[in-house]
Amino acid sequence: MKWNVEKTTKTLLFAASLVIIIIASGMVLSLMNGSIPAFKEFGLKFIISTEWNPTEGNEHYGALPFIVGTILTSVIAIIICIPLAFSTSLFISELYRGTKVASIIGTMVDMLAGIPSIVYGLWGFYVLRPWIIDLGFNSQGYGIFTAGLILAIMVIPYATSISTEIMLMVSNDLKEAAYSLGATRREVIFNVLIPNARSGIFTSFILAFGRALGETMAVTMLIGNANIIPKGIFDTGNTMASIIANQFGEADGLKLSSLIAIGLLLFVMTGLINGLGKFIIKKL
Amino acid sequence: MAKPKLKYNSILQREVKSRFIKDKIFSGIVITLSLITISPIVLIILKLIAKGYKQINLSFFTETAPNTFQAMEAINSGNVIPGGILNGITGSLFMVFLASIMAIPIGLLVGIFLYENGTKRYANIVKDITDILQGVPSIVLGLISYFWVVKFITNGFSAMAGSFALFIMMLPLIIRSTEETLKMVPDTIKEAGFALGVPYHKIILRVLIPTGLSGLITGILLSISRIIGETAPLMLTALGSMSVNFDISKPTSAIPLLIWQFYNDPNMVDLIWSSSLLLMFFVLALNLISKQIISKRNK
Repeated sequence: MKWNVEKTTKTLLFAASLVIIIIASGMVLSLMNGSIPAFKEFGLKFIISTEWNPTEGNEHYGALPFIVGTILTSVIAIIICIPLAFSTSLFISELYRGTKVASIIGTMVDMLAGIPSIVYGLWGFYVLRPWIIDLGFNSQGYGIFTAGLILAIMVIPYATSISTEIMLMVSNDLKEAAYSLGATRREVIFNVLIPNARSGIFTSFILAFGRALGETMAVTMLIGNANIIPKGIFDTGNTMASIIANQFGEADGLKLSSLIAIGLLLFVMTGLINGLGKFIIKKL
Repeated sequence: MAKPKLKYNSILQREVKSRFIKDKIFSGIVITLSLITISPIVLIILKLIAKGYKQINLSFFTETAPNTFQAMEAINSGNVIPGGILNGITGSLFMVFLASIMAIPIGLLVGIFLYENGTKRYANIVKDITDILQGVPSIVLGLISYFWVVKFITNGFSAMAGSFALFIMMLPLIIRSTEETLKMVPDTIKEAGFALGVPYHKIILRVLIPTGLSGLITGILLSISRIIGETAPLMLTALGSMSVNFDISKPTSAIPLLIWQFYNDPNMVDLIWSSSLLLMFFVLALNLISKQIISKRNK
């Protein structure tokens, strides 16, 4: 029998695609499998319990403080991110479209996207934190707000690059028609550009939010690592990612399982947010 | 007759003027906010250079990390901390290399598969799953690699486990960039090949890959720049090591892991800046090279 190269090629390509399926489904199964002990012990209460007590014999773990911490930091990040990312995309795609300045700003935004999380963490710790202290928000400089601020800087390039792409897709004819009627640039932006690019811009912030949920190192270094529900945005706390990074090293048994359960919840949360973003983008 | 017209004109002028002023103010705000957005990159790089250059010398690249006593002695006598981050540099390169030799071939194959079967249902599912994988937080990838490799394959923290986490992170990036690149290859070139009776695998090897080569390389470089700075998954998998290690079944250090270690050790704090500077240099160099390749291709 002659060796059929054609068929082998196709099989090889198909086999490679199976690797993706295997990794993804294996990931879900492993996370579920690993979190069984925690859910068996605490039931669904694990999600709404606020206690995190590793004392032996009296162990009790609940994920709520970290879920709250994760959502709070990410929401703060997005609130700060929206005006900045929006302006920067306007700068690149509208105000200085096609000029050298725009490409320099674009390159710098790309560079921001490339900075490793741990470097952001260091910079936040040694530069941003003293500023927070100087401004008198809190005495240590750690906390939800500081973490949210560094997250904002980290996700801005992400939101900016998607928004910019969407804004560049808005047809020039529409904008030129508005200009020819005597509209100013601001009027074109608010009456033509934004209505046309609205859902895309919205999506860029959803995806940036999804990115913020899972950031680990910078947040771990700035949030203050307190396993309680923060009382305010200048209080210390912990996120789902940061509790895993912090406590994984010394964890075993029920604690390990609880951390994995938190990983599973984080996986589901980011999956839902990203899925929503991708869904809207596909509809465009 | 002339009077009312003049009045009308002046109202019109005022109206137009206020619109122009509004426009100016708006532009001003946009420009200011844009400058605020990019200011961190300048501040961060300046800070890294200002604080880190002192420690950059030959031994920084040729010696392994000092222990905390050596660092303390050096600080007390006012010297530069001895030693370097050789174990981190070699560890990072080693694990990125291992991740790459797994992720590049599989990523290219899946990318080609998606490009060829783009409209089919199964391919769309694979595409969606790839997107989901891309959004998974890196710390969760660390957990997975801990389960699969640390617990079952190497029975302990290892370079293999670290690079496996990096591999899962790299894979979706390469798949998507491969697919996007191939989509830009004109169909006519491919069809010309088929018309000449060229078999399928030769079309891939001789037409698709060479035509899209610059795009493929760019995708690979960018994905490396994304994983080289990863810390969280390595903390759960590669752990770190005080010596240079090229054994895939042993704990291994990496530049980001060393930065984390230095950060937690008051005696070593001076080393965080130089290590970060070097890490940033790697990341930015990879980014700039890929930008260069893109702009060359566009010409």
